[in-house]
Amino acid sequence: MSQFAINLIFVGASFALYIGIAIWARAGSTKEFYVAGGGVNPITNGMATAADWMSAASFISMAGLIAAGGYANSTFLMGWTGGYVLLAMLLAPYLRKFGKFTVPDFIGDRFYSRGARLTAVICLIIMSVTYVIGQMTGAGVAFSRFLEVSSAAGIWIAAAIVFLYAVFGGMKGITYTQVAQYVVLIVAYTIPAVFISLQITGNPIPPLGLFGTHVESGMPLLEKLDEVVRELGFRDYTADVDNKLNMVLFTLSLMIGTAGLPHVIIRFFTVPKVADARWSAGWTLIFIALLYLTAPAVASMARLNLVNTIYPEGPTADALAYADRPEWVKTWEQTGLIRWEDKNNDGRIQMYNDANAAFAPTAQARGWNGNELTVNNDILVLANPEIANLPPWVIGLIAAGGIAAALSTAAGLLLAISSAISHDLIKNIINPNISEKNEMMAARISMAGAILLATYLGLNPPGFAAQVVALAFGIAAASLFPALMMGIFSKRVNDKGAIAGMLAGLISTLVYIFTYLGWFFIPGTNMLANTPDNWLFGVSPLSFGAIGAIINFAVAYAVSLATEEPPQEIQDLVESVRTPKGAGAALDH
Amino acid sequence: MADDKQNAAAYWQANVRLITWSLVVWALVSYGFAILLRPMLAGIPVGGTDLGFWFAQQGSILTFIAIIFHYAWRLNKLDKEFGVEE
Repeated sequence: MSQFAINLIFVGASFALYIGIAIWARAGSTKEFYVAGGGVNPITNGMATAADWMSAASFISMAGLIAAGGYANSTFLMGWTGGYVLLAMLLAPYLRKFGKFTVPDFIGDRFYSRGARLTAVICLIIMSVTYVIGQMTGAGVAFSRFLEVSSAAGIWIAAAIVFLYAVFGGMKGITYTQVAQYVVLIVAYTIPAVFISLQITGNPIPPLGLFGTHVESGMPLLEKLDEVVRELGFRDYTADVDNKLNMVLFTLSLMIGTAGLPHVIIRFFTVPKVADARWSAGWTLIFIALLYLTAPAVASMARLNLVNTIYPEGPTADALAYADRPEWVKTWEQTGLIRWEDKNNDGRIQMYNDANAAFAPTAQARGWNGNELTVNNDILVLANPEIANLPPWVIGLIAAGGIAAALSTAAGLLLAISSAISHDLIKNIINPNISEKNEMMAARISMAGAILLATYLGLNPPGFAAQVVALAFGIAAASLFPALMMGIFSKRVNDKGAIAGMLAGLISTLVYIFTYLGWFFIPGTNMLANTPDNWLFGVSPLSFGAIGAIINFAVAYAVSLATEEPPQEIQDLVESVRTPKGAGAALDH
Repeated sequence: MADDKQNAAAYWQANVRLITWSLVVWALVSYGFAILLRPMLAGIPVGGTDLGFWFAQQGSILTFIAIIFHYAWRLNKLDKEFGVEE
């Protein structure tokens, strides 16, 4: 059977499963549409949340980022998991107790203000739309590589599948599909990792292999990796970073950004009890950790594998001749994600760090004339089974897994967008008398509209697609997280304080990002070059979300203290969300 | 009613104390051991590298899981002690 047929079987079977679940789990009421009826088991919810959270970025890009950056990029591992500690203790149980359908619901009620609700809706839509673009393009890449259709056709197929289960099933359909998608993506991620860990370290458990022994040389794996990359002029894989302030702030931004993402928060509205929301956050992190503990192992082993492929006799001997390159290099060359340019015309593939001045004399002595191989970080996980010569069905599995990761996150984001429009905008601001049946219809129409918008943006990705994820986290960290936390932990913060805080956090973060990346990401409109010497106190635009959050807290408190106390009924509301007693299932107004 | 209010305030205080300690551990393993204190832990070898690297790529995640389950377990007990469970 050809590789194409195998891929088609794996992807087709996973789609059949998702559609079957969608038919079984159709939503009949707004409560089922927004919060899956509020009766989801905490472990089931944990699994669905893990799939909702782990996007194309986690599945496809993260291991590549760590492989390229080594220790310095541990930031992603800590930042994207540590947020769940904040969510479990500072937000999820109280918002579950509050018992409404959306994140702007809480902000609107707690700060007794349509303006606050509207600000939250706007932040939510900007974040979720920018985030969903990445998922659609990610699904498009996976389709075009594995199913030999054009990337545009891939995006249409992805949109049709999501449409089927998200529009009809709402949160209920999405929840149970996400459970299936979690299983597909974790199996797809783990199996190649186990094989590769066995080949390189002899240990079948990748996280143990990472700190184990490299079988071929008998040295510890990480020591061996440090040695080979050093011989090519790269920084040691385990080398410490100099700019610790930036690393701390970047990690903090990712953590509070994660805790402030509405599509993750609303997943905790689906469990039956407040105590379940606490347990569910723990289960979520366990399911996420299964991938996040494997990713750094995959990263280091794939980096070593890549160097060994290019320098079969070791990095001090001759590089691989281009004519002898393995099959997987040829397939990925066709996608343009691997590029080779013979700068010294010797027909061999030299890969080294040509930006390192201290290494230049060595390179010159060896007759090298610049790095000749460009490898896109994103192919690492997808090409892994081919690099390790694994059987064709593993490649089919990886294709299904990458698509599952993109679709599950896209569906969660689309639900957050559609509920913000139908529930917060239409029902609570424009037409409070809308009937439940009409609200359901509005929810389905806005879901369909959101899918069309996401498809359009996936087909015509704005030039800044790569930078927008940073924007989404920056906004979540600087606007929504502080407002939600103050709404629970302070009785003193009032409507004016919350709005001023959210706007100050949002605007300062946007201005800082736009200063370095261009106004609205239009190239050439940045006022300062995006290089570390220009950054204020060495803080990169990606790390600014944490500062934006601090600005939000400070402004909100200052303005609240200068104005009147919130009314008594709001203070009673805060009292009531703090204790689990008396919580019902998630309610409509 | 007054008792109820006092009870709720005491429960909240106990919860905030538990959160504070949990956040101290959360910050110590990630911002502490994995980043700022890494040079001080450089002398402790772990599988070809040092303890700080282990915390950055595995230890912090495992600790985060432990913190959440510990918090959920302790707080569910407090819910019962203060009689505020569902």
